[in-house]
Parts: sequence; structure tokens; C-alpha cells
Amino acid sequence: MERVYLDYNATTPTKPEVIKVMTEALYEHGNPSSVHSFGRKARELVENSRDSVAELVGANATDIIFTSGGTESNNMAFAASGRRRLVLSAIEHPSILTAASQKYSDVTILPVSQDGLVSLNELSEAIGSDGSETLVSIMLANNETGVVEPIKELANVAHLKGALFHCDAVQGPGRIPIDIRNLHIDMLSISGHKFGGPKGIGALVISPQLQISPLIVGGGQERGWRGGTENISGIAGLGKAASLAILDLEEIDRIRELRDTLESRIETMCPEVNIFCSDVARLPNTSSLNMPGVQSDTQVITFDLAGIAISAGSACSSGKVEPSHVLNAMGAMPSISGCTIRVSMGWNSNINDIDRFTSVWKATFGGLSNKYRESVSKTS
Amino acid sequence: MSDNVHLDLGLEGPPRNHRVVVAMSGGVDSSVTAALIKEAGYEVIGITLQLYDNGTATGRPGSCCAGQDIHDARRVANQIQIPHYVLNYQDRFKEAVIDDFADSYLRGETPLPCVRCNERIKFSDLLTASKNLGAKVLATGHYARSSLGSLGPELHAAKDLSRDQSYFLFATQKNQLSYLRFPLGVFPKEFVREQAKRFNLPVAKKPDSQDICFVPDGNYAKVIEKLRPGAAQPGLIVDSTGKRLGMHKGTINYTIGQRRGLGISGKEPIYVTSIDPLKHLVYVGTREELMADQILIDDVSWLTNRNFDKDYLVKVRIRSTHKGTPANLSWNGHNSLIVKLHQPEFATSAGQACVIYDGTRVLGGGWISRMLRANSKILPSRMINRSNETEKIRNI
Repeated sequence: MERVYLDYNATTPTKPEVIKVMTEALYEHGNPSSVHSFGRKARELVENSRDSVAELVGANATDIIFTSGGTESNNMAFAASGRRRLVLSAIEHPSILTAASQKYSDVTILPVSQDGLVSLNELSEAIGSDGSETLVSIMLANNETGVVEPIKELANVAHLKGALFHCDAVQGPGRIPIDIRNLHIDMLSISGHKFGGPKGIGALVISPQLQISPLIVGGGQERGWRGGTENISGIAGLGKAASLAILDLEEIDRIRELRDTLESRIETMCPEVNIFCSDVARLPNTSSLNMPGVQSDTQVITFDLAGIAISAGSACSSGKVEPSHVLNAMGAMPSISGCTIRVSMGWNSNINDIDRFTSVWKATFGGLSNKYRESVSKTS
Repeated sequence: MSDNVHLDLGLEGPPRNHRVVVAMSGGVDSSVTAALIKEAGYEVIGITLQLYDNGTATGRPGSCCAGQDIHDARRVANQIQIPHYVLNYQDRFKEAVIDDFADSYLRGETPLPCVRCNERIKFSDLLTASKNLGAKVLATGHYARSSLGSLGPELHAAKDLSRDQSYFLFATQKNQLSYLRFPLGVFPKEFVREQAKRFNLPVAKKPDSQDICFVPDGNYAKVIEKLRPGAAQPGLIVDSTGKRLGMHKGTINYTIGQRRGLGISGKEPIYVTSIDPLKHLVYVGTREELMADQILIDDVSWLTNRNFDKDYLVKVRIRSTHKGTPANLSWNGHNSLIVKLHQPEFATSAGQACVIYDGTRVLGGGWISRMLRANSKILPSRMINRSNETEKIRNI
């Protein structure tokens, strides 16, 4: 049975070009801090990669700090801001929500609309008249629903009040354009494995005006912002993935078409299926599907047993499926959020994957749809 | 020992045509169960239930919500190459098992959460989930035997009585039983350890679990105090005449029949005889005062013909470690039985199960609600226990 991978928002398959670059980098065993030629060669890999990452997000190379990934970048942003208050949205990633309660005593959580959007007015109100003590952290795009937040406008609201703005953008690269200057944000987190790069590497992009304090101190690497000998192969892989992610945007319509095909087929088979955030701007690769009456974990297991990888809610490290805090924040009843799955695709997806998904869906839930209709018509 | 084990789940046709869910706890028994069924050729799916937050239970915030057991189950599943899933039943478990446990304790009873978990979670929600996944049967690592008799499914004690767990399964319904399989019930414990070694399972040397899963250190009082803050209110320790003998730090620290930790010395050994949680009283007395020869059981679950005459001789077990004692039964309304023991038993506790056997077969069982004390000179026709009986206790 050939397996189908439709869980790109959890992690993406590493691109072959990235694996090649990383393998080559593993042969370069120099320490970038060394004076000799081995060190210089390793340094070159690091700095070239920094240029590529900078280009991906529209920043200067000097604004890039390599980290171990999105979680570390988010933690670093929080530790570094020097602000006392934190304002964030209710649909942030667990790494943000957990770090928030640990690092800040004054935390305001903004609600979101039924479509998952943060309101400018509510942000403005939450910051109050003086934002000089406040850090705002709002994600670029949500991992579960794909909804894209109006980051530029939100950042403007924050800056008008003197607040700093951090954006968790890990779901963005390769899916939507990111330009840190145009968005006017002070800090931005990205993670390599979300766009065809390796796991365990990411970056925090910070505005040159910000002076931050390091989370990890050591030998002064990353200009003192993050100690520890650099993860050369990871950094090289991240750089390559960044260059390729820029090209991915050129074929993003192909991905969008796959997603839209999937959704229209499911809607035809099962009119009672609800697709979250379909009326607002969302990532072109993400579909959050609610199938009334079938538990999310049952759906995920059924698809897995048929060789298809999808996900539901945010799985914790045990693999247990937690009720979705994102859908709850959007006002979905537990009976709805508990029956929702996420299908997400990317660079290596094709129409065969969609065919397989829809045929398993039909085999498993096709009959349920009729039953559902019957039960509804009986009760009404 | 290297020979494959013959295993028959009683399903028609070749094993590969059948999908089987195995409830995997991460312990050696359910791991071997999964390995044996896989080896027999069935399509096996391992499922582990996330029942409680391990970090909260062990008092180590920050540790993962899943304990070592879930990781072990997953490693075993990888080893034997079966798909494995974790189902989140935390809310259900809290409501159906943990709350019940706490309330029972607060009533002065000695609860038995494992039976509730089998009845309300494993053989209810997990069984339904297994059916939804297209499994023909649900197998567990319990030491018991189920068979198809002429009048339907029967539940029997394990062949190895020293390992028998049929006591914990008495509340199983007939329709559940026909979907359940307990492949280990015919094997001795040593066999299971040997098989674990043969399959090279990472849990081969893991010790058997002894305690209630959500009370890993055995400290019930600490858990109750956390679930029901203020439950540990100090009070008096008194004898059957109401004479004050000492102080205690909360009735939740005591169970019927307890002898240690009372801090009272007497001519003869002193035991906890009853608990009045409303008045925060712990009653103590002699061994003789704790003997009962009639037990009233409620919420009776019955796995066979309900009609029997008063001379029908059965064996009853009144706690999980009890070997069993002869008794006769009589119905006391639809769901309640009076169990007449041929010999008085020591320290029968409300909240425990009384399970009824005919030979190895489990006929049914119920929840102990009251005892009639054997020594009628001390307790003339007085039934005691449960909180609504506190007036009577006080009068003793």
C-alpha cells in the first residue's frame, strides 16, 4: 500500500535538494569560529544560509538568529522583548501559549471571530493608551485552520501605541509571501521543517533596533545572541529550503487547486461537512474539515489504517488528540471541534493523493452522510 | 519455548481476514497479548487509553501528560510492528471513575475503581471505538477466560488462579463479553514472561503494576485531598460504645479492617470497624466486631439465569485478594441480593465488590452496601455502614 502524506502543517517532507546540501555540509567538519581554512569554509556555509533566510523574509542578514526551531524562536522573542505585558491571540501555537504564562505575569488573550480573525479594535483596547510596556504576539497563519491574520494592520495598531510586535510565522514560508519590512514587525519566528527543510533548525528574525538578551549563553556565537557551536548541516539545509520556498510561491496555485478540488469533492459527497475559515483569507494548502458525528480520532485512525496521514487538533507528544483550542476559540461547540480533521498539502502533493483521500472518505463516510440526512430529517 | 503458541480467537476463517483491537496498557500482559495475536496472523491494532494526567497524578507538574506506560505501549507496538494509537479518555475517566472513587471514599467506603473502569470505559467507550474501527473483537491482557456456552457467552476465572482477574470483570454484560477476548486466561504467569522474552519486548522485565493507576504511589488520602479539598478533617477515634480513644487526621486515611497507624494500644489487636465521614468519626474494635455473615449487595450484574433456589450453593469473593467462601443467595428486589455466608468473614467493606462463582464460572456480582455483623450479642440485628446509617452507628 503506497502511503499518502497530507499533514504538511505538522511537518513537510525534506526536499531532495536540501538533503543533498545537508549531506555535503556534514563533510565540512570545521568549526565556524575557527581561524583556519576548515573554519572559514564552515563559516561560509552559515553566512550564505543567513543570506537566503534573510531573502525569504525580506530582512537583512544581520537580523537573522539561527535557533533550534519555532519553539525556541518564540521563547527567545518572549525572553528578549524586555516588555512587562504580553498580548496574544487565543489561537496561538502551544509553544506561544505555554511560554506566555511562564514568562509573563500580565497576559491578555484576545478572542477571535467565528472565522478565526483577531480584531484590530480589540487589540487596540487590550493594549490601552500606553503600549510602551507591551509585547504583542500574533501568528501569521494558523496551523489548524490556515486562517491568515491581518498582520500588517495589527502591527500598525501595536506600533501606534508604542508596543512591540512579534509574529509566529512558521506556517508561512513557501505558502504566502512574507516581507518583514512591509509587515512592520519587530520579531518573526520561522522553522525549517515547515517548508521542506530539516527539523531542529529555525530562526528568529529581529529588527535591528532591538537589543535583546540571549536565552542560551556560551561562546558568543550568533553575535552573542545564541551560544553553542552552530548546527552547520541544519543551517545549510535551512538556507537551501529558504531559497526553494521562494520558488514554491510560483507554483502555489497548483497547491490551491488541489486543496479546492478536495474540498469541492467532499462537499458534493457530504453537504453537511463544514469547512472552517473558507470565507476568509487562509493558507492555500490547508483544509479544516468538520464531519458531523464522527470523532476526530476515529477519522485520523481510519485514514491512517488506509495509509493516509492527516491530523486532528494539536497532538501532544504522546500522540493523544486534545480538543482543539483553536476551534473552541472560534466558538465551535465541542461536538463540532471534536469531529474536525486537518488536511494539509505541499510541494510533493499531487492529484493522486487527493484521489486516494476522497475515495477513502467516500468508502468510510459516504454511508454516514445518508444516515445523517435521515436523522436530521426525522428530528426536524 | 521457541514454538509458536496456538491461539484461537474463535473467529471463522483465516486470521488475516480479521481486524482485532488490543487494549495495551504498556504492561507485560497486554503487550504479550498483542504479540501473540499478531503472531497468530490477525490484523492487530494497539490502542492505549490516556486516562489521566500523569503529571498531576505524580505531583510533578511539567512532566508529560502521558506516563511511562504509554511510551512503553508504543515501543512494544513498534517492536511487533502494529499500528498503535492513543485515545484521549481523560474527561470520561474523570467523570466515570475518579469522581466516583473520591465520592465513595468520602462515604467511608473502600472503592474499587478498576471495576468501574472496565465497566464504564474499556468495555463501553473503547469497545464502541473498536467496533467503529471495524475490529471483530477487542482483546485485553486480563487473566480470565470467556467461552461460548450453550446459553451464550460465559465468563470464567483464569486457569492460573493465583493470577485470576475475573473478580474485576464481574460487571461485564453478556453482549460485551461476546465481543471480548482474554487470550492470557489459559496460561500461567511464567508463560507470559517467557513469551515477552521470546518476542524480545522492551517490557519483558517491567514489574507488574500493584496500585490503582491514578494513585501510583498508593497514597489514596493525598489524591482524595486533592480531588476534594478539605476532605481531610481531623476527628475522634472511638470504640463501639462511643468512648474516645484518640484523634485522627481525617477519615480518608482509614479503611475498614485497618490495624496499623491507629496509635492506640490495647490488650488485643484493634481494627477500624466503621467510618462516619459526616461526623468525622473512626470507630475501632476487636477482630470479633468485624466479622459479618450476611452481606447485602446492590447494582447486581448477572451473567446467567436469574432463577435459582435458596439452596443453590455458590462461592463468593468479597475482595480482590479473597480466595472465596461458600454462600447462598436470595434476591432482595430486582437489583439487590442478600448473600448468606456459611462462615463469618473478616473486614467486609462497603464499596468493594462481592463476586459470585459457580466453580470457575462467574455468575455475576454486585456492590457491597451493608453487612450484618456475625456477633449478634454485640450488634443486635443492626445493619451498618454507608453515610445514611450514621445514626445507628452512633447508637452502638
